[in-house]
Amino acid sequence: MAQLKTERAQLSRFSPERLRVEARKEKSKDRALTVFIYAFLIVASLPIILGYGWLLLNSFSETLAYGVLPKGWTIKNFRFLWELPSRYYPDLWRTTWNTLLLAVGMTVIMILIATPAAYVISRMKFPGRSMMLAMTLILHSFPGVTLLISLYYVLRSLNLLNSIVGVFLVKAGLMLPLGIWIMKGFFDNVSWDVEMSGLVDGASRLQTLYKIVLPQVKPGIAAMAIFSFINGWSEYIYVITFIQKKESWTLSSYVNSIIGDFQFIDYGLLSATALFYILPVLLFFIFTQKYLMTVTVGGTKG
Amino acid sequence: MKRRGYGMVFLLLLPALLIILAFYVVPAVLTGTMSLTNMDHRLSWNFVGLQNYKQMLQDTILSRVFWNTIVYVFGTLLCFNVTFGLLLALATSYIAERQGERTSMFFRALWLLPRFTPPIVYGVIWLWILDPTRNGLLNGVLDFFGGKPVSWISKYPVQVIVLTNGVIGASFGMILFYSAITSISKEYNWAAAVDGAGWLQRIRYVTLPLIRWPLMFVTAYQTLSLLTSYEYILIITGGGPFYRTTVWSLYAYNEAFGGYYASYRFGYATALTLVLVVISMVASIIYWRVFRFREMMSEPKIEVI
Repeated sequence: MAQLKTERAQLSRFSPERLRVEARKEKSKDRALTVFIYAFLIVASLPIILGYGWLLLNSFSETLAYGVLPKGWTIKNFRFLWELPSRYYPDLWRTTWNTLLLAVGMTVIMILIATPAAYVISRMKFPGRSMMLAMTLILHSFPGVTLLISLYYVLRSLNLLNSIVGVFLVKAGLMLPLGIWIMKGFFDNVSWDVEMSGLVDGASRLQTLYKIVLPQVKPGIAAMAIFSFINGWSEYIYVITFIQKKESWTLSSYVNSIIGDFQFIDYGLLSATALFYILPVLLFFIFTQKYLMTVTVGGTKG
Repeated sequence: MKRRGYGMVFLLLLPALLIILAFYVVPAVLTGTMSLTNMDHRLSWNFVGLQNYKQMLQDTILSRVFWNTIVYVFGTLLCFNVTFGLLLALATSYIAERQGERTSMFFRALWLLPRFTPPIVYGVIWLWILDPTRNGLLNGVLDFFGGKPVSWISKYPVQVIVLTNGVIGASFGMILFYSAITSISKEYNWAAAVDGAGWLQRIRYVTLPLIRWPLMFVTAYQTLSLLTSYEYILIITGGGPFYRTTVWSLYAYNEAFGGYYASYRFGYATALTLVLVVISMVASIIYWRVFRFREMMSEPKIEVI
C-alpha cells in the first residue's frame, strides 16, 4: 500500500496538472527576476537620467522647485547667444569656431595620417616594422600627464602656445599610436585575395589601396573620424593648460569660466551654456552610437 | 623594384612618424631630462642632479597623496569599473535575451553617454547634483523631506571622486563584459538550466568562469587608466578640501600648472610624473604575472569583440 502511494506520488510529479503548476511557478519567478533587473537598471541609471534631464529642463525654465521640478518656461538663459555674460568674456561664436577648428583639425590629421600608416603596418613588410609595433606599446606607458609639462615646453619653443593648432597637433600626436593600432585592425580584416586580384589586374599598390582596400575599411574610417571629432570637440585639460588668451578659448574654457563666475548665482546660464556645448556631441551620439561602440574600447578614461 | 617599395612605405609612414616624434617621443625624452633640473616658468635648464627625487622623500604631503591614490584607484576599480560594470553587463545581456536588443541597447548607450560628454559639462552636472544649497538635486530632495542641506563635496570628498569617476569607468567594463557574455554559446546555459541551476547559479558556475579573461583584462587595464586620470577630480573637487582628494597625477599637475605663477615647478612635477610611470610599469608587471596573461596571449579562450 505504502509502496503504491509513493509510486503514485512520483507519477503525479509528471502529471499534466502538476507540470502546468510548475511551469506557472517558473514563469512568475522569471517575471519577478525581469522586474527586479529593470528596477536595478532604472535606479542605477537615475543619476544619469536626472543629470542630463536637468541640463535640458533647467536651461529652459525660470527655476526648479526642490531642485527637480521646472517652473515657468523661458529662453532667457540663452541670452549668452547674443550678448556677453559679462564684459570679460570673448565672443561666443568665435569661441565656438575655435572649438570646431580643434575638432576638425584633429579629425583631419587622424584620418589623413593614421590611415596610410596603418595600411603600411598591416600590409607591408619592411625593416623596423616589429620595432615600430613595440614602440607603440612603450609609448603607451607614458600617459598624458607625464608629457603635459614637456609638451608645454615644446609648444612654447614652436611658438604654438595659445593656439588651437598647437592643441590639435599635440592631441593628435598622443592619439596617433592608438589610432594606428585600431585602423590596423580594420585593414587586417580585409582579405588578401581582394587586394591581390587588383594587383594581378595591373593596378599599382597605391591604386589598389585607393580603389579596392579603402572602400572596405570605410566603417573603420568613419568610426575613427567621429571618435576624433568628439574627442577634439570635448577637450578640456590641454585647452585649459595651453590656452590662456581669450581669443583662442574653446567652449571648455568658456564653460569653465562660467562655473567660476556664476555657479551659485545663475544655474540657468550655467546649464544653458553646458547644453549648448554638449549639443553636437549628443546629436552625433544618437545617430552614430553603433560606430562609436566599436572604438570606445580604446579610450583611456578611468 | 624592392627599393621603390620601401620608398612608398617611408612616404606613407613619414607624416605619422614626424608627428609622433615631435609630440610624443621628444616630449618623453624631455620629461626625463627635465626631472633632473629645477626648471620653473622661465624654462631655463638648470641641472640639479637627483635633487627632485630626494625632495620627494621629504615631501610630507606626498605620503598622503600616495594613500589617496591607492584608495581612489582601487575603490573606483572594485566598486565601479569591475563590479558595477559586470552588473550592468549581466543586467543588459539578460534584457537583450528576454526583451529584445533595443531596450538593452538603450541602457548601454545611456551608460556610455558620460564617456563622450565633454568633461567640463559632466562636471557641471555633478556640481549641480552635489550643490551645497537647496538648488542642487540631492539637497533639493532632502529639502522636500524637511532635511537640512549638506555640503556633499566637502563632507564626503573621497566618495564623491570615486562615484563621479566610477559612473564613467563602469561603461568600459560593461561593453567588454557584455560582448563576452553574449558570445558564450547558449548550450552551456541550457545544460545548466536542465540540471536545475537558477539564474544566480548559472552566473556563478557558467558565466563568470567563462569571462575570466575579460574580467582580469579590465582590472589590469583600468588600474593603469585610473592611475593617470585626474581630469574629473580637477573639475569637481580641485583636489581639496586640503589635499584630501589630491591623487598622484593631480598633485603633479597642480605642482606644474595649478594656482598662478607661484607653482610652475616643472622640474619637480616631471620627476613626480616619472615616478608615476614607474608605478604603472610595476603594476602592469605584477598583473602580467598574477593573471598569467601569457596564457591568454597564447591561445584565445573566448572571442571578445
